[in-house]
Amino acid sequence: MVSLLILVPFFAAIFLNAPLKALREKLAFGAALVLFLGQMLLMIFPKAGSWTAHAAVLDNLLRFPLKMDALSTVLLFCIGAVLSAALLLSLRAIPQDDRRLNFISVLLLMQAGMNGVVLVADLFSLYVFLEIVAVSSFILIAFDKHIHAFEAAFKYLVMSVVASALMLSSIAMILLVSGDTSFPGISAALQGSPDSLLIASAVGIFICAAFIKSGLMPFHGWLPDAYSAAPAPVSVLLAGVVTKTVGIYTLLRIVVFVFGFTLPLKNILLIVGALSALAGALAALAQTDFKRMLAYSSISQMGYIILGLGSGTPLGVLGAVFHLFNHAIFKSLLFSNSAAIESRAGIRNIQEMSGLGSRMPWTALTCAVGSLSTAGMPPLAGFWSKLLIIIALWMSGNYAYAVIAILASLLTLAYFLYLQRNVFFGKAKEAFNKIEEAEFVILLPAVVFSAITFVVGVAFPWIWNTLLLRLPGIFGV
Amino acid sequence: MTRSLIRSAIGLALTSAVLTVIMFRLSSPFAAVFELSVCAGLISVLFLSTISLTHPITYQEAAQHQRERYSRYFVLPYILIVIGIIFAFVQVRPELRLPPPAAQTDVRLVLWNLRQVDLIGQAIILLAGVFGVVLLLKEAHKK
Repeated sequence: MVSLLILVPFFAAIFLNAPLKALREKLAFGAALVLFLGQMLLMIFPKAGSWTAHAAVLDNLLRFPLKMDALSTVLLFCIGAVLSAALLLSLRAIPQDDRRLNFISVLLLMQAGMNGVVLVADLFSLYVFLEIVAVSSFILIAFDKHIHAFEAAFKYLVMSVVASALMLSSIAMILLVSGDTSFPGISAALQGSPDSLLIASAVGIFICAAFIKSGLMPFHGWLPDAYSAAPAPVSVLLAGVVTKTVGIYTLLRIVVFVFGFTLPLKNILLIVGALSALAGALAALAQTDFKRMLAYSSISQMGYIILGLGSGTPLGVLGAVFHLFNHAIFKSLLFSNSAAIESRAGIRNIQEMSGLGSRMPWTALTCAVGSLSTAGMPPLAGFWSKLLIIIALWMSGNYAYAVIAILASLLTLAYFLYLQRNVFFGKAKEAFNKIEEAEFVILLPAVVFSAITFVVGVAFPWIWNTLLLRLPGIFGV
Repeated sequence: MTRSLIRSAIGLALTSAVLTVIMFRLSSPFAAVFELSVCAGLISVLFLSTISLTHPITYQEAAQHQRERYSRYFVLPYILIVIGIIFAFVQVRPELRLPPPAAQTDVRLVLWNLRQVDLIGQAIILLAGVFGVVLLLKEAHKK
C-alpha cells in the first residue's frame, strides 16, 4: 500500500512529539532507523506479502491516486539509504538528545515529502510535496543556528520560493489548456495542441523552476553555501537525495512522461547540462574547502544526468537514471568522509591537511572509491553510467556534448586527485599525530556505500541484463 | 501599506481567503481550493517563519524607507502601458480548453473526494512550518 510510505512517516513525526518526552527520545532513533531501512528493503523486495495484505482496507478509506513504477522504486531506495546514513551521522553531529529528537522529527517529515514527490501522478500534488521538502530543507540547513547557516538557509528559501512561484504559474497555464492536472491528462492535452505558444511558455517556465530546484548552472547560487554551512548529516541528505528528488527526478518525470521530447527542450537540457558539467568541474578545481568542492562536484555530476536526459533517447534516459542512483550513493559516501575528517581533524581546509591516510585508513579507502567512481574510473559504478550517457550523446548525433562530457570527466579526476593527494598522502602534520580513525557510526555509511559502488560496478553486466533492460516505462520512451 | 511585516503577511492571508470565497461563488471550486491551500496556507507559513527570523530595523532606517517607498513605484505605470501596447498589437490566441463549471461546489466534496493527497500534503507542510518556527526560535525565547 504505497500511501503508507507517506502516512507512516507523517504519523511517526506526530507521535514522536507526543507527551512522555523521555520515552520518545529513546524511541526516536530506533523508530526512524526501522522506517528508513524498511523502505530500502521494501524496494528490494516489493512483492513482500505482509505489507500489501491490508491494501484493500486502506484503499477503501483513502483514495490516494499514487503510482509506483521503476523510476519511483529507484528513488525510494535512494531516499531510504541516504536517510539512514544521515540518521547515523546525527548520533555524533547532534549529541544532545532533545535536539536530535527535533532533527529526527523533521527528517521524518522530509521522508514523507520526498516519498510523496516520487509517488504522485498529479502536477499540483507534486508541487505540494515539493514544498514539504523545501520547508524541511530550510529548517535543516539552519539547524545549527549560526550566521552562515542562516544565510545559506535564507538564500535557499528565496530561490526555492522563486522556483515555486514559477512552477505555480506554469501549472496555471497548463490547467488553462488541459483542464486537468493529472500527468496522463496533461500529456494527452499537450499532444493535441503541439504548437501552442502558451504551452511552450508553460513548459519553459516549469523547466526553469526545476533547474533552480536542482541547483544547476546558472541557478546554482544557493547550493554551495547550503551544502557547506549545513550540519554534516544535512549535507549528506541535500547532496544525496534532496536536490535529486525535487529537481532531477521532477525533470525526468515531467519531461519523459508528461511534456515529451521536443527539439527546443532537448537543446535547453543539453546546454544547461553541458554548462553545469563543465563549469561545476572548473569551480570545484578552485576550491580549498572540502565540502564546497563536493558541492561544485555535485553540480557537475547533475549536469551529466541532464546531458543524458537531453539526448532524448532511451539509452540516454537510462544512463541518466543510473547516474542519478550512482551519484546518490557515492556523493553521500564522500560527504560522510568529509564528516569523518571534520569530526577528527576539526578542519575542512584541504590545504591544511596532509597524511591523514595513515591515521584514518578506512576513511581514505572509502574516499578513494567514491572519488574514482565520481571521476568515472572502471570498474566502479560511475564509469558505467557515464559511459552510457556518452554513448547515448554520440549515437544521437550530439558529438560536441559527448566531448564536453569526456572533458568534464578529466577535470573531475583532476580535482579529486588534488583532494586525495592533499588530504591523505604525504607526511602527517604534528597536529594530526594523535588522530584516530572515525567512529563506527560515521564509518559505517561510508563503508556500505563504497561496497555498493564497487559491487554495482563489478556486477554491471549482470545488472544490465537482469535489471536495467527490464525496466518498464523507461525503455518504453 | 502597513509598516509591520506581520500585519502585511496576515493581510495577504486574509485577502487569499476572501478570494477563495469569490472563486467558490463563481463556480470554480478547483481554483478556490488551490488559492486557499497555497496562499492562505503555505505562503503565510513561509512568510511568518521568515519574518520571525528577522530583526526590526532602526528608527533611521525606517525613516529612510518611508521617504524612498513611493519612489519605487514610479516605473510601474510605464510597465503597464508597455504591456498593454504589446497585448493590443500581438495576436495571442491560446487554444484554451476551459473546464465546464463544476456541477458540485461543496468544498467538502472537492477537498476530501478529489484532492485528498493535497490535504495530507498541506497538513504535513503546516506541521513542518510549525516545527521550523519552534526549533529556530527556541533559543531566542530562552535568551
